[in-house]
Amino acid sequence: MSRTMSLVLNVWRQKSASAPGKFVRYEAKNVNEHMSFLEMLDVVNEELSAKGDEPIAFDHDCREGICGACGVVVDGVPHGPVGGTTTCQLHMRTFKDGDELTIEPWRAGAFPVVRDLIVNRSAFDRIIQAGGYVSLRTGSAPEANSLPIAKVDSDSAFDAATCIGCGACVAACPNASAALFTAAKISHLALLPQGGPERQDRVRRMVAQMDHEGFGHCTSHGECEAACPKGISIGFIAKMNRELLTAMATAPNEVPPAK
Amino acid sequence: MELNARAPAGPIENRWSDHRFHSKLVNPANRRKYRVIVVGSGLAGGAAAATFGEMGYNVSCFCYQDSPRRAHSIAAQGGINAAKNYQNDGDSTHRLFYDTVKGGDFRARESNVYRLAELSVNIIDQCVAQGVPFAREYSGLLANRSFGGAQVARTFYARGQTGQQLLLGAYQALERQIDAGTVKMHPRTEMLDLIVIDGRARGIVVRDLVTGKVSSHVGDVVVLCSGGYGNVFYLSTNAKGCNTTATWRSHRRGALFANPCYTQIHPTCIPQSGDYQSKLTLMSESLRNDGRVWVPKNVADCNKDPASIPESERDYYLERLYPSFGNLVPRDIASRRAKDMCDQGRGVGPDVAGVRRGVYLDFGDAIKRLGRSVVVERYDNLFQMYERITGENPYEVPMRMYPAIHYTMGGLWVDYDLQSTVPGLFVGGEANFSDHGANRLGASALMQGLADGYFILPVTVSNFLASQKPGAVDDNHPVVRQTVSEVEDRLNRLLSIKGTRTPDSFHRELGALVWDQCGMARTAAGLQLALEKIPALRQEFWSNLAVPGTGAELNQSLERAGRVADFLEFSELMCRDALHRNESAGGHFREEFQTDDGEAKRNDDEFSYVAAWEYTGDVSQPKLNKEPLTFEYVHPSQRSYK
Repeated sequence: MSRTMSLVLNVWRQKSASAPGKFVRYEAKNVNEHMSFLEMLDVVNEELSAKGDEPIAFDHDCREGICGACGVVVDGVPHGPVGGTTTCQLHMRTFKDGDELTIEPWRAGAFPVVRDLIVNRSAFDRIIQAGGYVSLRTGSAPEANSLPIAKVDSDSAFDAATCIGCGACVAACPNASAALFTAAKISHLALLPQGGPERQDRVRRMVAQMDHEGFGHCTSHGECEAACPKGISIGFIAKMNRELLTAMATAPNEVPPAK
Repeated sequence: MELNARAPAGPIENRWSDHRFHSKLVNPANRRKYRVIVVGSGLAGGAAAATFGEMGYNVSCFCYQDSPRRAHSIAAQGGINAAKNYQNDGDSTHRLFYDTVKGGDFRARESNVYRLAELSVNIIDQCVAQGVPFAREYSGLLANRSFGGAQVARTFYARGQTGQQLLLGAYQALERQIDAGTVKMHPRTEMLDLIVIDGRARGIVVRDLVTGKVSSHVGDVVVLCSGGYGNVFYLSTNAKGCNTTATWRSHRRGALFANPCYTQIHPTCIPQSGDYQSKLTLMSESLRNDGRVWVPKNVADCNKDPASIPESERDYYLERLYPSFGNLVPRDIASRRAKDMCDQGRGVGPDVAGVRRGVYLDFGDAIKRLGRSVVVERYDNLFQMYERITGENPYEVPMRMYPAIHYTMGGLWVDYDLQSTVPGLFVGGEANFSDHGANRLGASALMQGLADGYFILPVTVSNFLASQKPGAVDDNHPVVRQTVSEVEDRLNRLLSIKGTRTPDSFHRELGALVWDQCGMARTAAGLQLALEKIPALRQEFWSNLAVPGTGAELNQSLERAGRVADFLEFSELMCRDALHRNESAGGHFREEFQTDDGEAKRNDDEFSYVAAWEYTGDVSQPKLNKEPLTFEYVHPSQRSYK
């Protein structure tokens, strides 16, 4: 039979980006161990709403760990205490009766709080705009099998491409660096021949945009890899640095300014 | 209303190329003068917006998510079909066309389906060139697998994340156009109404989900790619935000809604564990290749540890009923039989609202036969996902499965150009009704979304724009202002009820009602009951809804309230369509219409048509219009899986 528990939640509440925020204490009673973390918050919110109080705002959508919308910091750990998991896939059986949890949004200057546990991650979109693509016109592609790609390269590219853009890497980093996110996209495209022609401009523009957004530098703490729900390796950050050095050494022309 | 599908005539192989040739073009220098509004940023909307941008149109794209990369196309696991015949197993455009028409139970338009099969190969070329990391063989060439019972291996895949990788390809193309300045992206912005002036779609009214500001966006054409309506059932495999507001509001403004009763159930989803459940998670159908489905023979055994139930007391009902296909019967049959077992009281797992809804999917025999290492190799990622959600280890305890709503084939009626009955309103992807008939085959949704977005809409929308003068309407037009004020009034009404029930509580009640009466199996009596209860629930909603907060801020309760209000209207049309269709076809199973073996029985003489419903001003009195379906190439036959 399922276990139920009662928890105390200290939740970050902040009405808007400009309003001050604070922790508010809530009791979550009769929490079923099979609930997901977000379902537990749903139940708290239903009780708040029924009383006419404003529910806790949090981002979420697919609730199956792939859309990258959700993510809160639970007791200091992005996506909570279980590794390789998004918040929506974290289940309450991880916790025990009487636990007191602190629930916060991603904390980073480049991710301003929108409301409560929701942050603005549009900086990630702008990093992709700076070159995270292959410049291809619809309908102009060659026959798909005309370009064989070694399975090992294709598999490594996939390992980088699996990033869901949730931002846990930034939230976990003491410098709030977006190096893992940016490196994943640069590596995905650099490992494939399709990404070849634009490789040097891409890395220079994307890194410049990342810096421009106000993310910190990577100092190899490795917290990002530990927090990443998709297990993306910090080896890709080394690859990004190699790509950047090569680009700077071989094409010392100016890169377009960041927007 | 006269429904003109504008499907071209002539040999089916030439229809799309002839039609493209006869479609008008817009001079490249003039394209920037046309404003194209795209609603939704999934495979169809993202691909369309990116392509319109590349062509030089002035594009505005809207999504409710915080980034276009999060549209629900991202969650597709299995793969995407294409008639490449890379495996030399006899595949061809014609075979994919044939399989799709037959799989749709002969309720789709042949011309559209042929075009889809034809374009499937271009999609793969396009995506590979974008850097989508599809699975490859050691030769470096693309790998394929057989999917959903197809006799050929035509499915391209990227581990279990095909949807994500394809969507990121479209998203990156879209971000490139945003950088180039051709596309203006509006994330966290929800369409709440369509602006129709003199019978023409001229724009949309949206709400900024952060500030709450309601505003109009006018343009020369509106392209809706806003997904399906599966969340009418509350519990589904859809993302939480998926909704029918964009399509339903457009329906109320004159767009006909086609075949809303065609909904697809996926047989292998993780069952509900309690009444707090917020969504259902799909597990790949490939599990049925080696897992054996069973329930206890005796009701009394249902709450026992499955390991304690001896072989002789287990009912492997699919193997018993369908000796030649066994556990691999099609989705709809596997789903209905699971429901039968649970309705007989032989379901397993937790008791939710008095019923145990689950059947075992047991790998015990597979582990004995193949060895644990083979099972690990084939299914470990799925087993881990199951264990993460349920806390049970499928290597030790049989999995529990139950069907869930997964996809909706119905949608806004469109002609061959994907234009709705409102001129200037085009509809792509799951939001339209077009290509899947009464049932969608596995790995065909991604194909359709991308075919519409990359290849069809850019041609047909250009053809439409070529005969329009750009910029004919501005934001001060009285109809634009009137539509904005209607949206504001409606939001204020939702906020001012100040009742006691949350939007979710109404949504759950509606979902349970339509799932019971208009879900896997339907009866005239059940549908009539639903048609009595839905208006009453709607009335209660408008008198007892509780929405805390205000409209001038981020307010997730208000967002949900608006979506639930539309589901409360849409659901009635869905039930009415199901009641009128006195036959069983694909995902629509009416218990009164089945063969002696309990299989779906079509009635081609009376129901070989698309049911396109027209809004009359009264939600409960829609008018039925029919588009007859004719089959020149694939002749209707009855399925048999015995």
